[in-house]
Amino acid sequence: MRVNFTVNGRPQEADDVWEGESLLYVLRERMGLPGSKNACEQGECGSCTVRLDGVPVCSCLVAAGQAEGREVVTVEGLADYAQHREDAHPGGACGTGGCGTGLDEAKRWQAKPAQDSQTGEGIELSPIQQAFIDAGAVQCGFCTPGLLVAADEMLERNPSPTDADIREALSGNLCRCTGYEKILDAVRLAAARQERQGEAV
Amino acid sequence: MAQNTRTAPVGTPTDVTQNHVKGGIGESTLRPDGTLKVTGEFAYSSDMWHEDMLWGQILRSTVAHAEIVSIDTTEALTMDGVYAVLTHEDLPAAKNYGMEFQDTPVLAYGKVRHHGEPVALVAADHPETARRAAAKIKVEYRELPVITDEASALAPDAILVHENRDDHHSGHVPHPNIVHRQPIIRGNADEAAERADVIVKGEYTFGMQDQAFLGPESGLAVPAEDGGVDLYVATQWLHSDLKQIAPCLGLPEEKVRMTMAGVGGAFGGREDISMQILASILALRTGKPVKMVYNRYESFFGHVHRHPAKLYYEHGATKDGKLTHMKCKIVLDGGAYASSTASVVGNASSLSVGPYVIDDVEIEAIGLYTNNPPCGAMRGFGAVQACFAYEAQMDKLAAKLGMDPVELRQLNAMEQGTIMPTGQVVDSPAPVAELLRRVKARPMPPERQWETAGEGADVRALPGGLSNTSHGEGVVRGVGYAVGIKNVGFSEGFDDYSTAKIRIEVINGEAVATVHTAMAEVGQGGVTIHAQIARTELGVQQVTIHPADTQVGSAGSTSAGRQTYMTGGAIKNSCELVREKVLEIGRRKFGSYHPAWANAELLLEGGKVVTDGGEALASIADVLENEVVEIEEEWRHRPTQAFDLVTGQGDGHVQYAFAAHRAVVEVDTELGLVKVIELACAQDVGKAVNPLSVVGQIQGGTTQGLGVAVMEEIIVDPKTAKVRNPSFTDYLIPTILDTPTIPVDYLELADPNAPYGVRGIGEAPTLSSTPAVLAAIRAATGLELNKTPVRPEALTGTL
Ligand code: FES
Ligand code: FES
Repeated sequence: MRVNFTVNGRPQEADDVWEGESLLYVLRERMGLPGSKNACEQGECGSCTVRLDGVPVCSCLVAAGQAEGREVVTVEGLADYAQHREDAHPGGACGTGGCGTGLDEAKRWQAKPAQDSQTGEGIELSPIQQAFIDAGAVQCGFCTPGLLVAADEMLERNPSPTDADIREALSGNLCRCTGYEKILDAVRLAAARQERQGEAV
Repeated sequence: MAQNTRTAPVGTPTDVTQNHVKGGIGESTLRPDGTLKVTGEFAYSSDMWHEDMLWGQILRSTVAHAEIVSIDTTEALTMDGVYAVLTHEDLPAAKNYGMEFQDTPVLAYGKVRHHGEPVALVAADHPETARRAAAKIKVEYRELPVITDEASALAPDAILVHENRDDHHSGHVPHPNIVHRQPIIRGNADEAAERADVIVKGEYTFGMQDQAFLGPESGLAVPAEDGGVDLYVATQWLHSDLKQIAPCLGLPEEKVRMTMAGVGGAFGGREDISMQILASILALRTGKPVKMVYNRYESFFGHVHRHPAKLYYEHGATKDGKLTHMKCKIVLDGGAYASSTASVVGNASSLSVGPYVIDDVEIEAIGLYTNNPPCGAMRGFGAVQACFAYEAQMDKLAAKLGMDPVELRQLNAMEQGTIMPTGQVVDSPAPVAELLRRVKARPMPPERQWETAGEGADVRALPGGLSNTSHGEGVVRGVGYAVGIKNVGFSEGFDDYSTAKIRIEVINGEAVATVHTAMAEVGQGGVTIHAQIARTELGVQQVTIHPADTQVGSAGSTSAGRQTYMTGGAIKNSCELVREKVLEIGRRKFGSYHPAWANAELLLEGGKVVTDGGEALASIADVLENEVVEIEEEWRHRPTQAFDLVTGQGDGHVQYAFAAHRAVVEVDTELGLVKVIELACAQDVGKAVNPLSVVGQIQGGTTQGLGVAVMEEIIVDPKTAKVRNPSFTDYLIPTILDTPTIPVDYLELADPNAPYGVRGIGEAPTLSSTPAVLAAIRAATGLELNKTPVRPEALTGTL
């Protein structure tokens, strides 16, 4: 079958998709977007987390056909997505809780290619991405894409989370390397930076 | 505007450089691959992709022990999209491989010896086609009785797991189902026991733990025009793989070119070969690139696990708390193939006393062949199981003596100058008592943290968490301590070396260094500190890390806490040689202009050649101009010796590492649920080359120890030797909700024998974290608890 959907702001179509293929497989193996990770393909680890019409889902559990006509954001589009959210709601805070998930907004938004995709230089990272680097929350990094998508979505809903909120929101994402402490640090850091930025506006 | 299926090969590892990442030794420099990892562009081994590639799939045995009567591949071969179906009959050359013993079949022939052993192989154009084809292969087994424990392995009429052993240990083991046996006898334990006022005995069981790294075993094999193969794979040691792969492919090593693909964690589980040989064979047979990715189920069969163990201990002490003697027997289950079991046995025996002074000991460790899943390397390597037992013994002794358990440990703590049971003198700092003091002195986390002002309990902070099982009624708190000792690097006379190729040249008017090693970056941060070392030693800002491959000499394994010491040492050494060369060029060019060039103490700093007085003589760029200096050298640590096979004596280890933990837990005694509130660690790291990653390593290791304490275990059916829980649904690893805060306090007592004084970091925290949690649960409940993991049944008496 053919599947049409939007990934990181770009319309995509995939041909000859077998009906059992997951969204994760189509993203990774057909779209050339391997950022979403395949750690369990059972919905247990969260490494494959993407946003489907704004809602975080395990893309390994979504049949590719279910994505027909819908909007997907992966880690590859996270920086741009955050930028777009920033444009729409400076400071990142959003009172309604519906921020950044609106279809209309998502449709107006287009991903821009990274300037230097090899070294990462010149890329404007989203606050959560930068915070993961700065806090030392990345070791092997295999869990990182899923955690970033999940954490970014949580911060969008809840710009000043408590530790218990962060733990609850990220409890579906396994990390085997870090012991999570630095991941907590990173989310706190991103929240604090966003808050400061919000005050400055 | 719509985009379609991609067409270009992607995922080849590239150099990592980042101009904005700076910093030398001792600074919390950020990872050079951080940006790639947070943007999703970092290419892990499962991300490799090649136009026109096929997918490889393994058919694994459904039984643990059986003769293979027949394998019928006819139906699988006729399926559309299937390019090859192979069995052992199609193997091009050597049929077995292995790191220490070549006892592991590439594809089973004659017999299968464990559940999940590879039996046949498929290559197809879609992973689902490959899976369906594999399912169509018919294998007829004649089942054999399974050997699953010490009793069945050593029974007089026991079936031999390997009938015709000819490895280097087969001559001295008391039974062919024993891979290796290492006794250690020092002093006279029986005589010393007479001086004991109290004696405690204990029997402990350590469950089978899995590394459970998140990035599945995977890689891409691309057939080359010269008849060789280019292999992109996630591994811990490229050159060890190469040595095992080439004979199985019937190719000279030059024709197997390996490049490290991005590694999603390792923890010992990638030290053995997984899909490397199989993907290569498929690529050579089909003439097409072959990608292979294990799913999570398969990953549980696709790598070795931590040895489950039975440990029998006896300790004695005088009434003032001085240890008199120790006797122990440690039985490690190595499973169906040897992997690194022999070395694990050596470690378990030589570290079985723990970080204590005991002159009279009688130790025996054995590793068994059984039909259980093969076991091998995992973080802590043999020292973990022993630490679990001797720390429980310390608490038992303290209780019997009416002493504080920390005081008892401090009273007997080893220190610099202590003689190990192997006769080796501990010749660098061993701050065991101090580490214990530090975790004990730390303020306690507040009581009843779940109580919120006026709103009842925040259930998220209680045992059971969001499942809302308690509001604090049956919850009791306990505190426990533990400390451990781990060797660093490869022991027992192994020729452990690393190689570094360092290049310095002028690019755009600036001196730039390139570091090329074969070190596996598995997440530990080696690439970060390698650049830090090069910056410090060569006085340059810009350092490029070349992808790890087999075009440079071996770096040894990323394991045993050895890479900062070993490859870090190799980089330091090669940089020093490069520096000499640069100075030589400088002397030749500028020596006649300034007398200071004759000075032997010249440094490279801030891109310049400077005197020890700080005077700049020339920029490195002016010295080098168009010249390029490149040096590749091997580097070794001091030699070690094999342990004597009868007495266990010998200077077997390079260096020791020490960590202590204090665990604070809360237990819901009604439901048997445990919540770890805090797990504080103190560790001596020798020198924190990168403080940020030091803390990250300690927290990660601590969490793996917490996992084995309360949830992690591969469950093998004792009747069939089949694995019951090969999934993340049933094999549980700690989530962010299960993991407490892990405050870290590190000491930097330099080891005078190590580069920069470093001490291996990654492994020690995995040791003491488990017994500390167990001690805390015992303190909370008053139960004996001699088995990991502690399951609710064990706490509620409903076993
Ligand atoms: S890969 Fe989807 S949840 Fe693990
Ligand atoms: S799994 Fe390796 S960093 Fe999280």
